[in-house]
Amino acid sequence: MATDTLKSSTDTGRAAVLRRMLSDNGALTALIVLAVAMSFLSGDFLATQNLLNVGVQAAVTAILAFGVTFVIVSAGIDLSVGSVAALSATVLAYTATTQGLPVWISVLLALATGVACGLVSGALISFGKLPPFIATLAMLSVGRGLSLVISQGSPIAFPDSVSRLGTTIGGWLPVPVLVMIVMGLITAVVLNRTYIGRTMYAIGGNEEAARLSGIRVKRQKLVIYALAGGFAAVAGIVLASRLASAQPQAASGYELDAIAAVVIGGASLSGGVGKASGTLIGALILAVLRNGLNLLSVSAFWQQVVIGVVIALAVLVDTLRRRA
Amino acid sequence: MSNPDELLRIEGIRKTFPGVVALDSVDFDLRRGEVHVLLGENGAGKSTLIKMLSGAYRPDSGRITVGGKEVRIQGAQDSERLGIATIYQEFNLVPDLTVAENIFLGRQPRRFGFIDRKRMNSGAAELLARVGVDVDPRTKVRELGIARLQMVEIAKALSLDARVLIMDEPTAVLTTEEVDKLFRIVRKLREDGVGIVFITHHLEEIAALGDRVTVLRDGRSIDQVPASTPEDELVRLMVGRSIEQQYPRERGDAGAPLLKVRGLTRAGTFHDVDLEVRAGEVVGLAGLVGAGRTEVVRAVFGADPYDSGTVEVQGKPLRRHDVNAAMDAGIGLVPEDRKGQGLVLDATVQENLGLVTLGRASRAGFVDRAGQRRAAATISEQLKVRMAGLHQRVGTLSGGNQQKVVIGKWLLADTKVLILDEPTRGIDVGAKVEIYQLINELTASGHAVLMISSDLPEVLGMSDRVLVMSQGRIAGELAAQDATQDAVMALAVSAAATTNTAVKDVEVSRGH
Repeated sequence: MATDTLKSSTDTGRAAVLRRMLSDNGALTALIVLAVAMSFLSGDFLATQNLLNVGVQAAVTAILAFGVTFVIVSAGIDLSVGSVAALSATVLAYTATTQGLPVWISVLLALATGVACGLVSGALISFGKLPPFIATLAMLSVGRGLSLVISQGSPIAFPDSVSRLGTTIGGWLPVPVLVMIVMGLITAVVLNRTYIGRTMYAIGGNEEAARLSGIRVKRQKLVIYALAGGFAAVAGIVLASRLASAQPQAASGYELDAIAAVVIGGASLSGGVGKASGTLIGALILAVLRNGLNLLSVSAFWQQVVIGVVIALAVLVDTLRRRA
Repeated sequence: MSNPDELLRIEGIRKTFPGVVALDSVDFDLRRGEVHVLLGENGAGKSTLIKMLSGAYRPDSGRITVGGKEVRIQGAQDSERLGIATIYQEFNLVPDLTVAENIFLGRQPRRFGFIDRKRMNSGAAELLARVGVDVDPRTKVRELGIARLQMVEIAKALSLDARVLIMDEPTAVLTTEEVDKLFRIVRKLREDGVGIVFITHHLEEIAALGDRVTVLRDGRSIDQVPASTPEDELVRLMVGRSIEQQYPRERGDAGAPLLKVRGLTRAGTFHDVDLEVRAGEVVGLAGLVGAGRTEVVRAVFGADPYDSGTVEVQGKPLRRHDVNAAMDAGIGLVPEDRKGQGLVLDATVQENLGLVTLGRASRAGFVDRAGQRRAAATISEQLKVRMAGLHQRVGTLSGGNQQKVVIGKWLLADTKVLILDEPTRGIDVGAKVEIYQLINELTASGHAVLMISSDLPEVLGMSDRVLVMSQGRIAGELAAQDATQDAVMALAVSAAATTNTAVKDVEVSRGH
């Protein structure tokens, strides 16, 4: 098409930049609207302590969701991250507390567990040609089962040195928030700057074109699911350190929150689209909602309903905006 | 003013998209019982115009009258009610439903609320007979080849009682034989009084089928001429300048063999294929659709496996079924299905150009983004890719520019042997010539090109040697000076005559 595209619009200044940023990013607009609404409805919402709480509540979901972002950008899906998180935390607690291994070895083992789970899912998908939905559904069950087997169904205390991850630095900055930010930065760098990140977009956008351009799609998928598994392990450790124990039933259902966060953040389930910042915003939206509804003493049952409606609305608005 | 034979009239239509004027003061009319060809380069506005008629777009200004009455076409339903049916290049059929179900989709005859299959199938059979295609209405659409899919689309249009039938490049995907069949059907429809808007890039089809021609250029209707207008004149009208030579092949001396294939076989698909491509040479691979040409080059490139045989590049054997080995040895493949296999449509021009070199541009896992941008800028300028910028989505480029991007990504990778599978399909004349010139530049600098094309004049015009495939075998080789359309066709159907099996309906269903 003979395109003489209009040069960037004439309006200048901060207002224009802000307007463009908001219109480019429906999720960010939604987050701001939500936060403003909550601050009017509840005087406690804007208190520093409460905002940090929101951050802590968002952290585990966000870290899981960062990992899932890799998978969704490459047009896959990972249902297993909640279970893998619980399994990794259980491995850490079991090896450190029950078996008495040095804590740093236990941490490495926990991370390795997450990566190994991801590799198994990836192998089933790449070489077994299973649909990602099925492969990771299987891993969801296996991961949960193994963490129950190892812990024999009851929580195991977390080593104190690791539990410190659940506390604060300088008495105010919660470590989970810090970890979330670091993992978010890593995600952004991986997606934008690295080979594996760029291949995620290519594979998600058109797998056959990627393959015929010399991208080793199968091998890349292994790495992608392994990354998601590794992120799940980090999330599991953060969650367990807040609870000061590894609980085999922890993080159950979190995979759906993670997927919701990614999708609210503007990623497409058909692949090729998605950003770390979007996922972070998606996770924050979920956390702000839960926190705000708690402050407003909305019953937990109704919270579920509201969250469901918000997920649908967020994605609906985004879809309509894109179509326009 | 209303002529009783006039089905459709468009006056002064204008349509703009943000930043682009797609159509401006376009006039067009269609009479009962005529084939009116819509001619223009890609991006000239043909698609936009027909989308106005099918209700996908609404004009900003101008009038559309149908049967003398001014109408507003707000959507597909309006267009259907006015008796306008459109057959797009990508068919709108549901693969897992039967032919009859597809024809009557959404309007299946019902009895007591249940679908009356008997009536539906007999209705479909009647329509298919009218189109002249021998297909059981109970066949699943998935099992049909491209030619028959198109016939089913035509039958569907007839079932809607269409008086205006719009066909968007219907012949682009058909073999010569299938085109003849399509023409017979179109002529029959014309006799029945249907008005047909026919879009094609093949100029010879205009004289063969058309009555009048409207030429679009840069969103304007330039002229309306009779279909008997000489091709040179049509080209001049279309591109606004005369194209000196349609196939500007400059032949040089062939050098050492770069690609050597011996005895390549995949049971049931291709057998004992030998071929050789030398530096500085263009080898054409001709044959009917379904003869196994695409399958062979995909196997050579490592995209698909083969059972036996060898592939050597510059004397070194390649590992079987390994795209990366082929790439490292210097082979590049520009696949037949540009959108499905060549491009990541939602990614930018820059991303697509850098796809093959992504690995090489990475150090310790990090991509050299600045280097990638520089390379993309250089090559897109060299190939004259017309775009708003490197960050334009590649899906929004015209076909010719998309193809340049696919070729460009291989040029960036220092490809020595470039395999082009239908490189100019669906590309307008101007962009075609640019691609031919690019092929000339490549061979002049010592590259080798292996080109598959179903466009016979193109194969003959651009190749130094022509290999003709038939039924999975190389049926023969012709030097440039001996290659005529007749000679090639004789070889292309040769094996069919000797083995005498039912090859008339060699149908290859393509996954889209």
